[in-house]
Amino acid sequence: MSKYHVTTTVNNDDFEFLCDTSETMLDVLRDQLNLTGSKEGCATGDCGACSVVMDGRLVCSCLVLGVEMEGKSIETIEGMADGEDLHPLQQKFLDHAALQCGICTPGVLVAAKALLEKNPDPTETEVRYWLAGNLCRCTGYDKIIRAVMDAAEEMRAA
Amino acid sequence: MDNSLDMQFSAGGKDLKYVGKRTKRPDGVDKVTGRAQFGADTRLPGMLHGKILRSPHAHARIISIDTSKAEALNGVKAVVTRDDFEDRESEFVPAGEMMVNYRDMVRNIMAREKVLYDGHAVAAVAATSIVIARKALKLIEVEYEVLPHVINVVDAMAPDAPVLHDDLITDGVDPKPTKGSNVAKRIEFKLGDVAAGFAQADEILEKTFDTKPVHQGYIEPHACLASFSESGSADLWCSTQGQYLVRAHCSKLLGMEISKLRVTPSEIGGGFGGKTVVFLEPVALALSKKTFRPVKMTMTRDEVFRSSGPTSGANVRVKVGITKDGKITAAEAELKYQAGAFQGSSVQPGCMCAFAPYDLENVNVVGWDVLTNRPKVAAYRAPGAPISEYAVECVIDELAERIGMDAIELRLINAAKEGTQTAYGPKLGPVGFVEVLEAIQASDHYKAPLGPNQGRGIGVGFWFNIGGETCVSMSVNEDGTLTLITGSPDIGGSRASMCNMAAEELGIDVDKINPVIADTSSLGFNFLSAGSRTTFACGMATIEAARKAIDNMRERVAQIWEIPVESVIWEDGAARPASSNAGEFDPMTLPEIALMAPKTGGPISGHAEINAQGAGPGFGAHMVDVEVDKETGHVKVLRYTVIQDAGKAIHPSYVEGQYQGGAVQCIGWALNEEYIYGEDGRMQNSGFLDYRIPLASDLPMIETIIVEVPNPNHPYGVRGVGETPIIPGLAAMSNAISDATGLRMTELPMSPPKVLKAIKEASA
Repeated sequence: MSKYHVTTTVNNDDFEFLCDTSETMLDVLRDQLNLTGSKEGCATGDCGACSVVMDGRLVCSCLVLGVEMEGKSIETIEGMADGEDLHPLQQKFLDHAALQCGICTPGVLVAAKALLEKNPDPTETEVRYWLAGNLCRCTGYDKIIRAVMDAAEEMRAA
Repeated sequence: MDNSLDMQFSAGGKDLKYVGKRTKRPDGVDKVTGRAQFGADTRLPGMLHGKILRSPHAHARIISIDTSKAEALNGVKAVVTRDDFEDRESEFVPAGEMMVNYRDMVRNIMAREKVLYDGHAVAAVAATSIVIARKALKLIEVEYEVLPHVINVVDAMAPDAPVLHDDLITDGVDPKPTKGSNVAKRIEFKLGDVAAGFAQADEILEKTFDTKPVHQGYIEPHACLASFSESGSADLWCSTQGQYLVRAHCSKLLGMEISKLRVTPSEIGGGFGGKTVVFLEPVALALSKKTFRPVKMTMTRDEVFRSSGPTSGANVRVKVGITKDGKITAAEAELKYQAGAFQGSSVQPGCMCAFAPYDLENVNVVGWDVLTNRPKVAAYRAPGAPISEYAVECVIDELAERIGMDAIELRLINAAKEGTQTAYGPKLGPVGFVEVLEAIQASDHYKAPLGPNQGRGIGVGFWFNIGGETCVSMSVNEDGTLTLITGSPDIGGSRASMCNMAAEELGIDVDKINPVIADTSSLGFNFLSAGSRTTFACGMATIEAARKAIDNMRERVAQIWEIPVESVIWEDGAARPASSNAGEFDPMTLPEIALMAPKTGGPISGHAEINAQGAGPGFGAHMVDVEVDKETGHVKVLRYTVIQDAGKAIHPSYVEGQYQGGAVQCIGWALNEEYIYGEDGRMQNSGFLDYRIPLASDLPMIETIIVEVPNPNHPYGVRGVGETPIIPGLAAMSNAISDATGLRMTELPMSPPKVLKAIKEASA
């Protein structure tokens, strides 16, 4: 079985890897690039724990093939903070205790960041529908929604 | 244990600096940056990938298993089947709020004589890649003799039902049956005389309810990494609610000495009771033992649904008698819980909790533990209690309506309080049920108006909470910081709670305490993070360890000052002379004492080894407003409030989080979630698309009211808070739908087709 050679950019770093056609982007990120912040909760695109941004578009990395990363620019949770400086969303998640177990958190944060880049002033309903693809079983979403709204407000003021 | 019992409620009358404050969780940054290592995130050089072959049948005898072709595949390093696990004696041991039996466990992790459910493990392989491991599974040849199966609990109790275990003789019935059946056990809790009680009633209502199995639905699938050494010792990394129980179970199943197995818990991506037992762990160890290479195993979501433990589905009959002025005269229930393929459902706690919210003279609760061809159930948050209390709370609500009394008033008249004799045994100590009910009455939500097609429902819940065996170690470091070592996996912010309590005791900044969750070889035994015990029991041990570290530091300072230790007190993070009589000394701060440690006797630490007793029962109530779409049967949740007695909220944000998360699990259980089986006994909705847990877009904000009636047995008054929030919501939802439609549905989930059917039948 011959593998494909793929060149891609993840969090502004260039990567080259070999993968076969059965490997998903999530497999590549986790197993080859050691970026385990993206989580596998279902592998069927239902839970959003593997959310990443590919060329500006929010995707479930479990639904994208590794070979499709060729020439693309990928943003994962590992690229969200700037050194010691957390992204306002990350900070607000801590302030609001918007995580309990934390397994869904990377995916929720990546998705929320994508929302705020598209819509800096979302209503609660817009946040709830945008995050409908990110399952959380611990929090009941309340504190997540509050954290996103609060981060949006802070980012607008900045 | 004795040490903990005489602990005083040190918070009394004192301003608390950290307890009750919303401090930052110490593990927070790692969890928002993707750095935190969960079960599937650990890897080792030379690691193999393990996969499990699972039964496609609900019930079948295994005639033969031929693994030769799989073993011959290049890249396959080991295959294990039933032959690789020694049979175990029947032996029940505690696992969370439920018991496990090793004879059953060895059969659940790998089928022996028969496969007993769709998804039951039959063989496992370890290979150099997942792709090869998957290929190898297809090369394993299993010959089955398919047997008739039974899925429904009531069907399973029928005399002509297919029997899972021919040798299972019903316990607790007289005369003892001579023939095997699916009924493992009958239990009964009695108080007073129900016949006499019903004779005094003006109204008697009897109803039967059905609930479906639902899954805990943690987002992180089970995952582990096992590494067996040629020396006979092994390491295991896994996502679990209790590394010590994993060690106990795996060492038993692998025939190892306990000290030879070190289990390191990863961060845990949700558990809710479902990660209190083992599935992959002993199999990964067996594969690693055959190869002496690390073996990693993870479940797919499909495997999580088919092969790990959901909670019971059940059939519950409730009968309650009441006088015209609202006094309950007698209460009776019969609970039939399905256990799945092996005995041990949550029917016992279901029975214990059923009528526990009420102060009753005459109670009779009978429970049946029933086997069916489904995965063996595991604990799911207050295991058993949501089901029984759902049925009871629906009946209570309807009785209130019949006698024309407000449902809260009726509950207040009968509310359990200090001194109430429970049907299951103890007399209650101080509890906050009345306070919870009064908080509902005082809330804005209770008084808010409702629109057309809208209804409001209330349900209450009781959970006894547990304590248990706990070790904590606290080290005073050379620079005056502290390392707090506990053995309870942090499932929802418990590190923050422990640090709050430790900082309060020590009088130092909470940031100076670094909490670590220990592996099994680094700290003595700890029971699970389950049963709402962590903040209570682990907190108690943390407080005791801190106090011992303080005593240790007082002794060091007494030595330096050359005065008796009794003359040294600890206040605001420093040792001080007790009074001017003790001498004139400047206070010595914790870092100053730490710096002097080598000259005063060496390292300073505090330890606690306790069996925490006196967990305070938790009472709660949920109030929900719904709107029912009569065209589609869709139920929209408009407003939801959780009111619960926390005893003392050590970290209010995470207490609220428990309330909110539990409430939403109630909403899912009430409206959508269920295991759906085909005629062939196979699960048809084993993914998050078809097994639909609540989404952000389904929900309103979840309001919370924290009631605080201190538990006198904990230094800060803590009661467990994790279990109770999943109890009241099923009835609250049902009562709200009833209020909106005038219809009483008696089956969960109340999904749109069922609601629509009920509406159509009523109007026909």
